[in-house]
Amino acid sequence: MNWPASVVDQDAWEQAGERLHSGELSLVSLWGEPGCAHMAVMENPSNELSLLRFACEANHFPSIGRLHPPAIRLERAMRDLAGLESEGSPDTRPWLRHGGPYPFLPAEGESLHQIPVGPVHAGIIEPGHFRFTANGETVVRLEERLGYVHKGIDSLMAGASLERAALLAGRVSGDSTVGYALAFSIAVEAALGAQVPPRAKWLRALAAELERLANHFGDIGAVCNDASFSIMHASCGLLREQVLRASNACFGHRLMMDCVVPGGTRLDLAAQGERELRGLIDLVRRRFPELIDLYENTASLKDRTVDTGILSPALAQQFAAGGYVGRASGRRFDARRAPGYAPYDELKFEVPVVQAGDVNARVWIRIQEVEQSLALIEQILGQLPPGAVHIPVSAAGPAEGAALVEGFRGDIFAWIRIGAEGRVERCHLRDPSWFQWPLLEAAIEGNIVADFPLCNKSFNCSYSGHDL
Amino acid sequence: MTSRLLLRNFVRGPLTEAAPAADDAALAELAARVNQASRARLGRTLSIREVDAGSCNGCELEIHALNNVLYDLERFGLRFVASPRHADVLLVTGPVTANMREALERTYHATPDPKWVVAVGDCARNGGVFAGSAACVGGVSAVLPVDLHIPGCPPSPSALLKGLLALLESVST
Repeated sequence: MNWPASVVDQDAWEQAGERLHSGELSLVSLWGEPGCAHMAVMENPSNELSLLRFACEANHFPSIGRLHPPAIRLERAMRDLAGLESEGSPDTRPWLRHGGPYPFLPAEGESLHQIPVGPVHAGIIEPGHFRFTANGETVVRLEERLGYVHKGIDSLMAGASLERAALLAGRVSGDSTVGYALAFSIAVEAALGAQVPPRAKWLRALAAELERLANHFGDIGAVCNDASFSIMHASCGLLREQVLRASNACFGHRLMMDCVVPGGTRLDLAAQGERELRGLIDLVRRRFPELIDLYENTASLKDRTVDTGILSPALAQQFAAGGYVGRASGRRFDARRAPGYAPYDELKFEVPVVQAGDVNARVWIRIQEVEQSLALIEQILGQLPPGAVHIPVSAAGPAEGAALVEGFRGDIFAWIRIGAEGRVERCHLRDPSWFQWPLLEAAIEGNIVADFPLCNKSFNCSYSGHDL
Repeated sequence: MTSRLLLRNFVRGPLTEAAPAADDAALAELAARVNQASRARLGRTLSIREVDAGSCNGCELEIHALNNVLYDLERFGLRFVASPRHADVLLVTGPVTANMREALERTYHATPDPKWVVAVGDCARNGGVFAGSAACVGGVSAVLPVDLHIPGCPPSPSALLKGLLALLESVST
């Protein structure tokens, strides 16, 4: 997608910060390279994107986080990754780069105690540190410390061939491998002006919806499991497994890693693919309604999810929270709709939105999105155009491109600059979790410690996608 | 509603599928490492502590799948535990990041002997696609002695099951 890009002076840069502060703009991303700060913003409510670039004198730039808190962690990462200093930032602690003591924010008062958790957690999950300050059972403050799975993807991208960069993009967050590969590929194609064959676009949407289905089933079951309701977990786990097996039958990989590549898809839909998918849809349509019923009518389960971990619509809007986190708190945004990309403009689907903002609402949005994804898969199977699924992408730079793609947990932003030799000069990938992690800190406040797993799972933020 | 579901699940019988045969190559790799004393002590049961030392979370998704009703890992006496203090096996994924190195070492030292380390996934062997990054230390063997490696990106649940069964057999025969 080719959005307007401009080089701005200090006034215009700070003015953008003011407009973010006032809510006229939403922050899409903020990133840097030595000597230059970049920002992507979206107009409200038109969802029009634009890219701003600020030439940093002596690697300094005026802090956006000073005016707009969602930018703070991104600015801390900019210093760790590109050596840029944000002038006037309210928080100058390192973020992705560890080493040395780390001062946590204070929480003061009588009878408060701290509970440090992680980085190694009790379950099979990614590492991160949570510092709870509690008054008895009630959480007074949660502070996250992330960066444990920082792999240096930004640096590995710089100088990589497009093939290698695509492999890396597909491994930023394994649960969103299709989403990332798609965002990366669309950004590359936008940079190089490549026209992807129609069939490839439809197959990409098919893979993306399968990924959404698999993750939503996993999450719905896991949230219930954290309320000790294991029959939902077992039943949803079975459905998730069937989605992964169907994905494997269609595209030769259970998570569909490396199936989406610049220029199209690596493989066409396997011969038995359509039959597998129709069987899958049939299975889900038979089994899922009784699970929804079970969820809705089990008072002891609803007692745990309703009114727990409420995220206010105002915060969701301020942080431009994507995915089910935003849509469960009244933020009507779905990148498939606006800015939108093919083939979703030719497909019928609804974007469910509720206002409640609690764990129940985040589960409920996922339940409704399952139904939407099933309907989308049916439409894709019915209208899949014939033809090639890949065109060679001539990698002649210099060129820049960007993309915003709706992964299962929210909008994934990708920006790439390709050099004259066809190699990646710089690539920035922004996970939706960047704007969801801070909101988890807000949502848990005033809840009991024992409800944290439930709240955390209902957000299901990516550690790897965030830590890069 | 619940009772109808439970009744149906009870009458229908298990969905769990037959186990794959243990991986021969993995068996050979392991046989040499496991001594008789530890076999006698552990019997046919192993407690596993999973440690993500830098993975993209793809491996975690497939390790999770081992617990679903189709693979049902616990029928083999293999189970995931919450603390390294309860573990016989550390199942480690990811290229080991610089930021996770200390936590991984401390988890290893908190695990009582005898213990085994299983490295899962291509990244855990040598860093995989992240090899050479300044933010990564390398594969798991750069930090801990590794007894078994299960390849794949990520390894499928059946590949994981084969590897773990090989570990179990060499420990208990």
